[in-house]
Amino acid sequence: MIELAFPPAFILIFGALLIAVARPALRPVIVLLVPLATLWAIWRLPDGVLLTTQFLGYPIELVESGKLRRLFATAFTVMAFAGGLFGLKQARWTELSAAYAYAAGAVGVSFAGDLITMFLFWEFMALFSTLVVWCGGTEAARRAGVRYAIMHLVGGVILKIGIEGVMIHTGSIDIRPLDLDTFDAWVVLAGVLVNAAAPPVSQWLSDAYPEASPTGTVFLSAFTTKTAVLALILLFPGAEVLVWIGLYMVFYGITYALLENDMRRILAYSIVNQVGFMVCGIGIGTQMALNGAAAHAFVHIIYKALLLMSAGAVMYQTGRRKCTDLGGLYHSMPLTMTCGMIGALSISAFPLTSGFVTKSLISEAAGQQGLEVVWMLLTAASAGVFLHAGIKFPWFVFFHRDSGLRPPDPPWNMRAAMLLFAAACILLGCFPGLLYPLLPFPVDYVPYTASHVVTQLQLLLFAGLAFFVMLSQMERMLTVTLDFDWFYRVLLVRVAVVVERAWHRLIARLRDLRRDLGAVLGPRFEDWFLPQGRLAQTWPTGSMTLWVTVILVLLVVLAQRDTLP
Amino acid sequence: MSSDERQHAQPPPAAGRPGLGRPGAVRVLWIVFIAVLALTVAAELVVHLHPRFRLERWFAFNAAWGFLSCVAMVLFANLLGVFLRRPDDYYSRRPETPDDGERRGD
Repeated sequence: MIELAFPPAFILIFGALLIAVARPALRPVIVLLVPLATLWAIWRLPDGVLLTTQFLGYPIELVESGKLRRLFATAFTVMAFAGGLFGLKQARWTELSAAYAYAAGAVGVSFAGDLITMFLFWEFMALFSTLVVWCGGTEAARRAGVRYAIMHLVGGVILKIGIEGVMIHTGSIDIRPLDLDTFDAWVVLAGVLVNAAAPPVSQWLSDAYPEASPTGTVFLSAFTTKTAVLALILLFPGAEVLVWIGLYMVFYGITYALLENDMRRILAYSIVNQVGFMVCGIGIGTQMALNGAAAHAFVHIIYKALLLMSAGAVMYQTGRRKCTDLGGLYHSMPLTMTCGMIGALSISAFPLTSGFVTKSLISEAAGQQGLEVVWMLLTAASAGVFLHAGIKFPWFVFFHRDSGLRPPDPPWNMRAAMLLFAAACILLGCFPGLLYPLLPFPVDYVPYTASHVVTQLQLLLFAGLAFFVMLSQMERMLTVTLDFDWFYRVLLVRVAVVVERAWHRLIARLRDLRRDLGAVLGPRFEDWFLPQGRLAQTWPTGSMTLWVTVILVLLVVLAQRDTLP
Repeated sequence: MSSDERQHAQPPPAAGRPGLGRPGAVRVLWIVFIAVLALTVAAELVVHLHPRFRLERWFAFNAAWGFLSCVAMVLFANLLGVFLRRPDDYYSRRPETPDDGERRGD
């Protein structure tokens, strides 16, 4: 049944190639049809290992399907469709082609049944996501892309070391939960966490993503971190360390987003924040928590893409991305504003939006396990999400002080993509029954209880009150915030400059020394060594015999020294 | 606070558009907002909540926790900002820029 098990990722790869070679008139059709074909292929796959082969004596499982994998692959493919629609007329074909190959990598990881396949698609993603960053086309994008590529190649190498350790020590390359009691497992975890934007390298995300084009950022927001979430669910469910890593990411994202001025960077920080919720859920590790992490990843892909589409539309229409340059756009971009608001409400987990029915699975799981501190922190973080992404982004872009800009809403395909995802946010929020059956474990949870709605509204609305009360504290400033990348973007460069200067000084000193020595020794050197010098002259044989005798006598005396009394 | 708000939210008169820019609109919004806030707290009197932890049993816990934690996060972020904020061309004028080559030459 080889046709049944055709890897869905290959359809996207084929599509990416086709976009590159097709006539311009055909490209939009291909861009829209390829994800649909992939989606069809994904849903035709039955559960279980479907396509195996041999590589280096290891059994490779190119396609292994199951509920969890299907859920993630579906999200990635739907994302590719909406991203393609969003950039249909605006993105260059190279960018769409790279983005589709990138999506193919994500779908490939979703269905990878073994660590080798996972690693290959993992690197595939790193490669093509770097291209997507570079498609930003600016010098800043080129530099950010190089930093991004280095980070992911280093992460890939770490992952590979871990995988090889697991291969050698267990003899198995199966993807199954690993206990964190071996060095290999920790190295695999570290490699996966690099892609999840975990500390201390969280900043690669907010560094690179906002430098891509409006379409590129939408694509980038979806794949890398969420495949890492999937890998964590498959490999490290219930690893307690993930609870604390997740909580760190949650608050890191909020803090940096609050200080940020670039609207797309605010949203990039909030990706780290949202992935933190998922990582925390994976650390809790109960069925409900894993369901929550998977469900949250699914809806997060949709609402974060929606938010970045709305930010991308603003950037496309105005050419500006700093909050200090924006404001008051609700006048002329009502649709972009509305869709952005729906995304903002979804990420904040407002009732009737998708975030409400998924994020609560994670905090409910923390509550059920009696993790009071974790629960309290997650609740505070939910309020913080509303603060930095739910209000700050739309407020400073669409309201606040009028920037005087009056751009119209973006072209039809951008509007259609935003409307599609806005509708998905509302639909999943109103009918969680559409999503819950797709989750890996049976769901025994009702999100819409009066108690839950009231407590959530209290939490969020009072967070909103805090925003407006503290508005003077949140004044937009033309600043960047230092992060871990300071060490390699500034400190390392400074050290390199110091070392280089010291080296140049040393070379100069040596040159001086040679010159001085030359001045002093030069004449003597000539006396001794040049053709007319002393050493070049012919010496009498007697003189040589004399010296040989002297040396011989010395040797004899020295050799006898120990035997003398 | 609300007068400060109005200043922020009002576009210059030249905009001359109805909606948020209309004088008094922000005041109305604040009144509505505060009314909604009061409603969500008052709802606790009629809705039976299911507190799990000790703190949760306090009246209006979620309102207080949402407000206080957000104030704390903003203050903490600003405190961190004192140490970590830099002008936004900070990285573009660091030694990694190409013009540094000229400086290094001398």
